[in-house]
Amino acid sequence: MSTGSLIDAGGRLMRRPLVARVMAARGGALVVTGLGAPTYDVAAAGEDGRNFHFWGAMGLAASAGLGLAMARPGTRVLVVTGDGEMMMGVGSLATIANIAPSNLGILVLDNQSFGETGEQSGLTAGPTDIAAMATGAGIADAEYIEGENRIEAMIGALYKHPGPVVRVARIAPGEDPKVLPEWDGPTQVRTFRQTLS
Amino acid sequence: MTWSQDVFTVLHTEAIGTIATVPDGGLVELLNLCEASDETTVVTLSTEEEGMGLLFGLHLGGSRGALFMQSSGTGNCINALSLPAITRTPCLMLVTMRGQQGEMNPWQVPMGQGVVPAFEAMGVTCLWARAADDIGPRFLQATDLAFGRGERVAVLIDQSVIGTKEFAK
Repeated sequence: MSTGSLIDAGGRLMRRPLVARVMAARGGALVVTGLGAPTYDVAAAGEDGRNFHFWGAMGLAASAGLGLAMARPGTRVLVVTGDGEMMMGVGSLATIANIAPSNLGILVLDNQSFGETGEQSGLTAGPTDIAAMATGAGIADAEYIEGENRIEAMIGALYKHPGPVVRVARIAPGEDPKVLPEWDGPTQVRTFRQTLS
Repeated sequence: MTWSQDVFTVLHTEAIGTIATVPDGGLVELLNLCEASDETTVVTLSTEEEGMGLLFGLHLGGSRGALFMQSSGTGNCINALSLPAITRTPCLMLVTMRGQQGEMNPWQVPMGQGVVPAFEAMGVTCLWARAADDIGPRFLQATDLAFGRGERVAVLIDQSVIGTKEFAK
């Protein structure tokens, strides 16, 4: 497991090494990524047939994770997405809370901005707190994470706690080099399903 | 057999185990059958577009689902239909129509009248069921198109089958 620093000079979590750490601990988990930087972050950690990367359809990553978790109840499913993507599908947190899939974890990378479109300020830059919204939706195991002290606990929760689990990690703004995974839909689906079978 | 029993039979024979829905009055009997069945899980959504993600995730994991909704919900699905479109994955929908003949609530009319052009713009095959006896066969046909060919397909149940909702003022 990587032991490199996860924080920048300002003490803020850096998304790329954070996601690399999370991916290194995946074991047999299936991973769904929300469009934009979360897709590139997970791709940068290494291609894997058990990843499905969104390149559009904003707001649906958590719902797709729910469907996958329901179809594969014996396998851990991790959704890695951004704050804007999660906000667009924020009602799905209530749907997930009601179904309560014990094998689903959701990691929201919260840079408080729309990084893909020019760093415009996001809703979580204001008073909005996605972890609190998850709790209000009925997901009791939801937490906001700042700094690196509780990262190992966060990773353990995402993969091991009875789901659903939500962790919202406050990350530094700014863009990393784009690492572009497969974007052809049928190819991704075929690879994913063949890897499962 | 009622049309709801016909559709429920197709769910059983085609191994469609998950029903995503934002409910409608016309779906009461069918949703009750699904709720009562050990083989069917009903997922209540906050908005219909979540159904696109859910059905996709089920397919990725090797399971089958369908989305049941009223016509006003179809508009909520438009950009979300990009997902089954670009991945060529099954998207099976059953829609109870409002905003047609005899509709008493004018707020139902704009989306009711927009269902077919909006769906067709997103590549959804629309199959009309204009009589109760048509619904089961149309739903089976839709199932074949969705799971056999990876299409987006909706069975639209004409409002004349369901009847209109009365509003006393």
